[in-house]
Amino acid sequence: MSSSQGKLKPSSSELDLDRPNIEDYLPSGASIHEPHGKLHLRDLLDISPILTEAAGAIVDDSFTRCFKSNPPEPWNWNVYLFPLWCFGVVFRYMILFPLRALVLTIGWIIFLSCFIPVHFLLKGNDALRKKLERVLVELICSFFVASWTGVVKYHGPRPSMRPKQVFVANHTSMIDFIILEQMTAFAVIMQKHPGWVGLLQSTILESVGCIWFNRSEAKDREIVARKLRDHSQGADNNPLLIFPEGTCVNNQYSVMFKKGAFELGCTVCPVAIKYNKIFVDAFWNSRKQSFTMHLLQLMTSWAVVCDVWYLEPQNLRPGETPIEFAERVRDIISVRAGLKKVPWDGYLKYSRPSPKHRERKQQSFAESVLRRLEEK
Amino acid sequence: MGNSSSMLTQYDIEEVQQHCNDAFSQQEIVSLYQRFCQLDRSGGGFVSAEEFLSVPEFAVNPLSQRLLRMVDGLNFKEFVAFLSAFSPRATLQQKIEFIFKVYDSDGNGKVTFNDMLDVLHDLTGQFISEKQSKQVLTQVLEEAGYTNESLLVLADFVKILGSSGLEMEVEVPVD
Repeated sequence: MSSSQGKLKPSSSELDLDRPNIEDYLPSGASIHEPHGKLHLRDLLDISPILTEAAGAIVDDSFTRCFKSNPPEPWNWNVYLFPLWCFGVVFRYMILFPLRALVLTIGWIIFLSCFIPVHFLLKGNDALRKKLERVLVELICSFFVASWTGVVKYHGPRPSMRPKQVFVANHTSMIDFIILEQMTAFAVIMQKHPGWVGLLQSTILESVGCIWFNRSEAKDREIVARKLRDHSQGADNNPLLIFPEGTCVNNQYSVMFKKGAFELGCTVCPVAIKYNKIFVDAFWNSRKQSFTMHLLQLMTSWAVVCDVWYLEPQNLRPGETPIEFAERVRDIISVRAGLKKVPWDGYLKYSRPSPKHRERKQQSFAESVLRRLEEK
Repeated sequence: MGNSSSMLTQYDIEEVQQHCNDAFSQQEIVSLYQRFCQLDRSGGGFVSAEEFLSVPEFAVNPLSQRLLRMVDGLNFKEFVAFLSAFSPRATLQQKIEFIFKVYDSDGNGKVTFNDMLDVLHDLTGQFISEKQSKQVLTQVLEEAGYTNESLLVLADFVKILGSSGLEMEVEVPVD
């Protein structure tokens, strides 16, 4: 759009401009053809392109689309389909659900009866304790997956445990973590949640080495960056799993990756996760339902079917900035999982966009006006 | 009108269509209603300024505050009427009227030098000084046969903008 300037180079001091040119992503109607010729009153009064952009955003915008949960399509509109559907509902709620709850309860009993002794009795013998705790966490995650009748197909080579290696994945729900954890004990970086989830986070997940952050704290970013760096350098820490989107997206789009995971000087192993919507929509719309409700919804559905692809590990290329690296990995994951990319920061769910975007438009318009004033 | 329900009846759709002078087809009105409900998270039957600003593409638009004044608190029928200027079926006259309304913030039918200066300021932010923008505006006004004291009415806008077509259309996604 800014034809004479070329692409704005991201400077290290401008933290907000650390993203590619949004104009590259917006629909072509938004890219205003560069006007030229002498400036007339008409050109100043004609605000139609900008109004059109605004109206277009009101009618449909790529950001809101990322967080739209798809309502389940009812198939019960028929004389014979309706009783079948009723039977399905009864089966799911009266038979499947109690069975699953039972499986989960058994799983928890086994887990706790092993975990608590191991945790306290083996306090001295750290290496063995960690190994056993890892296995136990993988176990309870498998129980969780079984409790939703999870059909997970893993593709690609199993990640090998090496130091200086982090894993990144697209994020649809907190169950992403459980699905990946049942295969390999990852250490994950998560937002601290309230309630029983928070309790689990502070007790059990501590043992696999999780890192906590708080979205609302501004200074938090630097502290977390340091923790990430420390963890990834440690040889016997569990491999770190990061969700660079920073928030749950509806598994049809991907939002901008935060660069934190890509500037640790480690190899980045991308993991793509795609859920099959026919069975259940696994997107956790945290604005609409609590995690408990989300889990209950999963436990009363037929199955959670998903594909997990472990993709080729990537390294920072010479001359590539962390942001470009993040975008490249996002591209790899989005292509594999069939996600459309949008240029928005997931955190815009909680805050307003930076004024820099608007200022860029204003600057472009101002320069055009002043330039055309001089023309004959 | 049943704003709290998520279904529109055929009667509702026809009423809205009439109100916007057939600017949108019935399918488009249904899509717009889905969008309206999506934006109206609090379910109050109207979309508040906060809810509009939660759309990042809208929030970064230089004219967003001006448009918010026009669109804040509208119910669905009025929302569709507001958007009707952007329909492909809208006439040039309707589009120019919309632009006039954006300029005429106090709604008295006259656009003053200051009104035009305000919009120019919205569009250029801090990148043009007060002095420069007054200079620019005076120059183009004089060239078009007006002065700083001129009060422009709708007819003037039609004369200035009507000479060539205005591209001001949005597509309503219809699944």
